[in-house]
Amino acid sequence: MRKLIGILLLAIIAGGIVLSLKEIPFGIPKTKIGQHFIEKGIEETGSTNIVTSVVVGYRGFDTLGEITVLFTAAIGLGAIFSTFGKRKTGIKTEPPSLIVDTGCRFLFPIILLVGAYIFFHGHITPGGGFQGGAIIASAFLLMYLGCAGKRIKGNAGKVIEVLGGVTFVGLGIIGLIIGKEFLFNFLPKGEPNTLLSAGIIPIIYIAIGLKVGSELSGIIDNLINRSQ
Amino acid sequence: MVIILTILVLLMIVSAIAVLIFKDLMNAVIASCMISLIAAILFYCLQAPDVAMAEAAIGAALITGILVIAVKRTKRFEE
Repeated sequence: MRKLIGILLLAIIAGGIVLSLKEIPFGIPKTKIGQHFIEKGIEETGSTNIVTSVVVGYRGFDTLGEITVLFTAAIGLGAIFSTFGKRKTGIKTEPPSLIVDTGCRFLFPIILLVGAYIFFHGHITPGGGFQGGAIIASAFLLMYLGCAGKRIKGNAGKVIEVLGGVTFVGLGIIGLIIGKEFLFNFLPKGEPNTLLSAGIIPIIYIAIGLKVGSELSGIIDNLINRSQ
Repeated sequence: MVIILTILVLLMIVSAIAVLIFKDLMNAVIASCMISLIAAILFYCLQAPDVAMAEAAIGAALITGILVIAVKRTKRFEE
């Protein structure tokens, strides 16, 4: 009986979604702002990748909010795990075989390089700080799962995280100091489609990439070390 | 193109059902990884490479890794 009611409710919800989505004309631009971004984006921000010009250029303040959300989540997780302390429940994991260990050691720097490439070229090719940071964190995840005994030591991750956040906010405040709005693009735009272009956008994306990468690596570090 | 996209979406639905059916949770984790991977391919086919990258890195790599750790720390088989 409960299953029948569940299926009925699901059918009603699915019908509602289908009915409401049928009315929306997909693919037709309703506002003019999107067209403006596509036509003037490269000229105004200097970034060839239009997604980046929106995420860091036109909507840079929203990105600061996203970074803050991720930062708060990482802090919350760290706070919860710090109450557990470092205890051991006696789960024994067998050490990885030679092939797994060597493969992980071989792949780790390559994945790091790909992540760094993605956020360094965020204003030219698809990708950016968040994607590159997530790829860097996945390299650390691979190392934690595959290599025996390899761990992040010291506070380097936290220092990088803090420096990334400070760089982002600091560049925003420089815009205020010189008399324009927050996150004003004060550096020269340069020639589009070259590495040194788009003013402060690549600097901000590098800061975001390092921050997201070290934050997610810290989360993985907490999850693996503290929950043992 | 439409045929390929249809096959991918059907595969996604099959793997979503597989997540519910599998009793071995490690298999369920891999099936949920497959959902993210197919979603990334779909995003790429629909000309959103930025989102595809994020989906592949976060959905397919990080979440799968975290779920594998969670399964390792708890029970592997569902009763």
